[in-house]
Amino acid sequence: MRSFQQHLSEFDARAIHVVAISVDEPDVNRRHRQKLGFTYTFLSDPKAEAIRRYDLLHAGGGPNGADIARPAEFLIDSSGTIRWVNLTESVTVRARPAQVLKVIDDLKVASPAGK
Amino acid sequence: MRRRWNFSLWAGFFLVVIGLVSYVPFFALFPTTRDFPWVNLLLFVAGGTLLVSGLRRAYREPQIYRGKILGPILAVLSLAGIGFFGYGLFYVARQLPSSTAAPRVGQKAPEFTLLDQNGKPVALADLLSSPPSGAPSARANGVLLIFYRGFW
Repeated sequence: MRSFQQHLSEFDARAIHVVAISVDEPDVNRRHRQKLGFTYTFLSDPKAEAIRRYDLLHAGGGPNGADIARPAEFLIDSSGTIRWVNLTESVTVRARPAQVLKVIDDLKVASPAGK
Repeated sequence: MRRRWNFSLWAGFFLVVIGLVSYVPFFALFPTTRDFPWVNLLLFVAGGTLLVSGLRRAYREPQIYRGKILGPILAVLSLAGIGFFGYGLFYVARQLPSSTAAPRVGQKAPEFTLLDQNGKPVALADLLSSPPSGAPSARANGVLLIFYRGFW
């Protein structure tokens, strides 16, 4: 998530929103975002409503058996259609910004010039 | 005659400990050392090699080198630590739900409205109708959703 912050200008240039979603409450996200210097949007899904809708619930995966989201990335185009999905098999292996930027350009979801 | 300090044993144990404690606070920060923990595994190999050579010294030349008691203790601690590391990274970290009903490429992204970091409701449709600040265009080309475990 740090790496997406480092490459955020490249997503901005393509007019692609970068949005992080977890079960954390808004004030946890606000503090966390400030502390680590993140500027993209963090959304709070404490009841795992969106997380369930995307079938990403990791029941009991959090501390003290809390339900959390499993890591995953979805690229959605301007028509609201899913264009790319990354469901990792390990919590330590995540999508990398360069990989996602290439997908955006290759699928012509956006161009580096923002078109 | 006073026996010599068995340097390899301690150096080996030290490398294994560094390998154990460096992953989470440091090497996990960089994708190239996080996705596959090759630096940590190299530290384990180097530490293990030193431990083995220290143990050989301690048992083959006990009149010269110390470490017949401490050596096996450090070796067992190292093995347990490496085992724990491997179990966490190659087993526990992979215990994820299969998400077989997750929306697929070509499907409409499920709509949602969630609170942002300032407590303001944000819908997927809102994101798609306005570009991120700093974008050169007047409309959004898309959204990258990053679901993550949370920081609690």
